[in-house]
Amino acid sequence: MSDAIIRLRGVNKWFGQVHVLRDIDLDVKQGERVVICGPSGSGKSTTIRCINRLEEHDSGSITVDGIELDENTANINAIRREVGMVFQSFNLFPHLTVLENCVLPQIRARGTSRKDATEKAMAYLQRVHIPEQIAKFPAQLSGGQQQRVAIARSLCMEPKIMLFDEPTSALDPEMIKEVLDVIVDLAQSGMTMVCVTHEMGFARKVADTVVFMDGGRVIERAPPDELFGHPKSERTKTFLSQILAH
Amino acid sequence: MPPPAARKRWAWGWLDAVLLATVAGLLTYLGWMSSTVFSYQWDWSSIWPFIVRYDEASGSWVPNLLIEGLFTTLRLAVWGILIAGVIGTLMGLCRNSPRLFLRLIGGSYVMLIRNIPPVVFVFVFVYFIASQIMPTLALADSVAGLSATAQWWVSVFFGTPRLIDNFMLGLICLSVFSGAYVTEIVRAGLQSVPRSQIEAGKSLGMSRIDILRFVVLPQAFRNVLPPMAGQFIQLIKDSSLVSLVSIQELTFMAQDVQVTTQRVFEVFVFIAAVYFVICFSLSRLFAMLERRYARAHH
Repeated sequence: MSDAIIRLRGVNKWFGQVHVLRDIDLDVKQGERVVICGPSGSGKSTTIRCINRLEEHDSGSITVDGIELDENTANINAIRREVGMVFQSFNLFPHLTVLENCVLPQIRARGTSRKDATEKAMAYLQRVHIPEQIAKFPAQLSGGQQQRVAIARSLCMEPKIMLFDEPTSALDPEMIKEVLDVIVDLAQSGMTMVCVTHEMGFARKVADTVVFMDGGRVIERAPPDELFGHPKSERTKTFLSQILAH
Repeated sequence: MPPPAARKRWAWGWLDAVLLATVAGLLTYLGWMSSTVFSYQWDWSSIWPFIVRYDEASGSWVPNLLIEGLFTTLRLAVWGILIAGVIGTLMGLCRNSPRLFLRLIGGSYVMLIRNIPPVVFVFVFVYFIASQIMPTLALADSVAGLSATAQWWVSVFFGTPRLIDNFMLGLICLSVFSGAYVTEIVRAGLQSVPRSQIEAGKSLGMSRIDILRFVVLPQAFRNVLPPMAGQFIQLIKDSSLVSLVSIQELTFMAQDVQVTTQRVFEVFVFIAAVYFVICFSLSRLFAMLERRYARAHH
């Protein structure tokens, strides 16, 4: 597909002897919202971590926005500028305030002036609904607030693609909604997203495509209504019955 | 129903009374012994002339041996902490580096120094190494060639220009020695920062140097403030070792004065008190720093 902004072809990865990614083929179009689901150990997180080179794939090719992802550091840096990531454990910088967390990467990685960086940070912190917390340190915030700061921090870099690695898995149930609302809002504004999550309600609402992975392979890929309503593979059916049982 | 009354932290039991009585008794006994049995006459006034003396030429009080020694020790302490800190940080980064060559350099440096007693290291360093390098540097001659104002500044920061070779020797020796211990502390600090912090920096497109400078090192240092403070205090105490190779710091001067006045106890109790004040002040300063950073994280 010529308009795929992310393309994985035949991607394989081993951790030592363990074959965690087996011949992964994946295309993500510009503006598409992709949700990846599957049992733990299926390689979901590893797949998206390969996209921004936090993990190195052993064979196959990964192309992001036309740039081939390999050992070339110039390519890696160019790709990381286009791709933002939100982690399960937030990964905010604990020694910096909320505002400084959002401002520092802009100043260092983009060369933005402090004044412009602060303006942009304030705008995005407003968008995730926590402008009043700018002077606080991450440890003083709740999990939901920290994750929203993490999302704002990534958005300040104005990426073309956002990757989410189980963004709500470490949150208390009452905070999941506030974070999902922010992500839904982002999706509706047209951001290209690849989201690894167990939140099926969210997937139904927002995803264009749901990808089911198991044992390091892509088992099935379809729009949410089709995948949840009429799953083709047995393994998909088993997984869904376990997830949707409660 | 109301919660039970909080238990007092300092509960006084019969065992505490017994211990206190024993300690008080022991101290009284020692006090009596030292005044009656030890035929030692305490004479504090005899060391006073060696702290300050009246200089007829300029008509004022000028510092004498002990104060000069104190200033040298303070200079060794401040410069030593700075230089050992820099050496330790660089070597700590080497130890943690993905490059094998850097890891070997850092590792050998630490291994060499940590497995030799400080006194032996001082002798080896000063007599073998310095006797070859110092003459080549000829610092005293370079300084003698500077203007009078420049020389005054040199004397403030490094002590008497004439003795600058001597001071530099002690300083380098002390810094290289302490640097090995600072290296290990820095390495522990670097490893205490979770990998996820580095991943966050990478995913934001920050360079490795920027991640090190703005994300990793600040957290690493905050995490190891207690052992780092301990090492710096140890450095001040280790500075007394360089007296063995005639570096003119406080302990060296004290030995000088002791030989002249024969007042062993007064001199050494005095400098023990001086070292105590310096080290204790530094530990208070670090405690304040730790509290300030702890507040930010909780």
